[in-house]
Amino acid sequence: MEMTGAQILMQVLKEEGVDTIFGFPGGAVIDIYDELAKTDIRHVLVRHEQGAVHAADGYARAGGRVGVCLVTSGPGATNTVTGIASAFMDSIPIVVISGQVPTHLIGNDAFQEVDIVGITRPCTKHNYLVKRVEDLGRTVKEAFHIARSGRPGPVLIDLPKDVVKNRTDHNGQAPVNLKSYHPTYAPNVRQLQKVAALIETAERPVIFAGGGIILSKAAQELTAFARNIRTPVTTSLMGLGAFPGTDPLWLGMIGMHGTYRANMSVGNCDLLIAIGVRFDDRVTGRTDSFASQAKIVHIDIDPTSIRKNIPVTVPVVGDCKTSLRQLNGLLEKIDLKDIDQRRRAWLEQIAQWKSTTPLAYQQKETIKPQYVVEKLYELTRGKAIITTEVGQNQMWAAQYYHFDQPSHFITSGGLGCMGFGLPAAVGAQMACPDKLVVDVAGDGSIQMNIQEMATAVQYCLPVKVVILNNGYLGMVRQWQELFYEKRYACTCMEHAPDFVKLAEAYGAVGLRATRPAEVEAVLKKGLSIPRPVMMDFAVEREESVYPMVPAGAPITEMLLV
Amino acid sequence: MNVEKHIFTMLVDNEPGVLSRVVGLFSGRGFNIDSLVVAETMDPKVSRITIVTKADKPVLEQIEKQLNKLINVIKIRDLTGPEAVKREMALICVKAVAEHRAEILRIVAIFRCKVVDVGQEHYIIEVTGDTGKIEALLRLLKPIGIKKIARTGPLALKREPN
Repeated sequence: MEMTGAQILMQVLKEEGVDTIFGFPGGAVIDIYDELAKTDIRHVLVRHEQGAVHAADGYARAGGRVGVCLVTSGPGATNTVTGIASAFMDSIPIVVISGQVPTHLIGNDAFQEVDIVGITRPCTKHNYLVKRVEDLGRTVKEAFHIARSGRPGPVLIDLPKDVVKNRTDHNGQAPVNLKSYHPTYAPNVRQLQKVAALIETAERPVIFAGGGIILSKAAQELTAFARNIRTPVTTSLMGLGAFPGTDPLWLGMIGMHGTYRANMSVGNCDLLIAIGVRFDDRVTGRTDSFASQAKIVHIDIDPTSIRKNIPVTVPVVGDCKTSLRQLNGLLEKIDLKDIDQRRRAWLEQIAQWKSTTPLAYQQKETIKPQYVVEKLYELTRGKAIITTEVGQNQMWAAQYYHFDQPSHFITSGGLGCMGFGLPAAVGAQMACPDKLVVDVAGDGSIQMNIQEMATAVQYCLPVKVVILNNGYLGMVRQWQELFYEKRYACTCMEHAPDFVKLAEAYGAVGLRATRPAEVEAVLKKGLSIPRPVMMDFAVEREESVYPMVPAGAPITEMLLV
Repeated sequence: MNVEKHIFTMLVDNEPGVLSRVVGLFSGRGFNIDSLVVAETMDPKVSRITIVTKADKPVLEQIEKQLNKLINVIKIRDLTGPEAVKREMALICVKAVAEHRAEILRIVAIFRCKVVDVGQEHYIIEVTGDTGKIEALLRLLKPIGIKKIARTGPLALKREPN
């Protein structure tokens, strides 16, 4: 059947199960929008293209599927770069469709022309410029396949205006066949046998899990694995929710703002089983003293993650879920009868670290940000999807909200992208309309994509924004306090909008608390309103996130309050 | 760290932008490129890229893995060592005044290279060989006067069994 490029695009999107697109129209994509409006795909009109990508990212994480966004050429495309880079660092499957000037104008410095394929080459898993309408269907199929398979990631497709308008015969799309792309899902059994043997003899093992567990939907397998071998679990920021945050074997997060017991456990363990992680510098601190007494097992689907930062004893290339299933199978043959006895001393040591140095803060007459997050956790019974901005708000959310389920903590982990939380909440709410979605924000970060409040209001998305308002760019201020003799260069936000009035101006609800006694009431009220709500908490201005490992120090050397 | 020189050769999709992906990977991750050669293979859809790089062992491992991860890289091989034949080529324009012309031709004969262009005061010499041979030839020609030079990086091809 003869179809236009835009019609083929819509057909393939439907075949790929796309029902929601986040986007912003423009000259180069009018034809696509014209066709999109004839389908039943929901389009969410964001207020800035960066918001579209973060929303697609939040949608992908909360919904466990590929997020899609559609933007125009030139500035529309360049505005997506930060969002794409964030999704790339966190391995989130999204497909970004950008318009491009007609092929005969490419390279002419035409109006709204930019080489977005060149610009995004280093921050996409793969990208395409489609030059012929005949290639369009196959390319879109490939893009979805690449985005969601192996180690997931963002894929960009650049579509020149004439390619979208041109016609060709299209009779369905053959399955994808990429001769040079075959991710390794099945682990090498011999390597897994080595892992099982190490587990059999380990005295002080620790499991270190990451975002890979969540991406491969392996939380159940991980939980069974840890409980079976009575081994405590820590996760990276990206891995929060991969293991129940209320389980007795839970150590808390590892790293720069990890718990004392998590960092000490890794520093003193004799076997570290790392699964679906990439040993980011915020996790390892000084690498030569990271888990220095331990044999290290590293299971990951991406071979480049293995031995990139940390030397390992047993590398295993494979999908987390498949690997854990097979490992659990192998462990059935191992005698674990006296395992409780064998773990007693180690778990007692960890319990002692926990009781002597727990996560803590001092309650005062001003509102403590940690207290707000604790109350939020209590009132939502730990069931909310939490998105975050970046900085102190992100770390307090990670420390004081306890995640029992995967895909409930949505944060820009690798790129650390301020302005992520609100659009990500919009996306998460689209994916999970019946869930409570809360963006834990700072007064600095929220202003980076605050325009998406209008999107939330337009689509009746009842997202909640909890602003921990300290009038500072708090994390940088904290570094200045600790390492720059309190020279607060340019981190004081001397002027901020009135967030309550601003919320109202957007047509949302604004609430404020200035004293600890008001916190619970404001949260209760805000969470119960079935509309977008922005809650402004005036918190202790110079509160810092602890524990803290100074950059480049061993993670066992923490600053504590 | 122990820096080693390695030669990687890879088959890639012969499409626009693929070389840029490969080169961008090196610059973006701070890997080093000593030389680079690209051309189509017998299959017009496939090109071969040959890259010489210097790095320590862990970085070499990363380079190979990262290249492998590129969707357009079909196959990559580390051809360092004697199991592969390596050749590079140079075009050398050498000053050839009357009293040096015979000497230059003697050197050309010894090195089994060719004179491919002759003028009143110059020869252009074409030479192929391993890096050592080309370096040796350049050392001999330098005192006579090298006007300009164009060199490829090494190419490598794995030897067949027997």
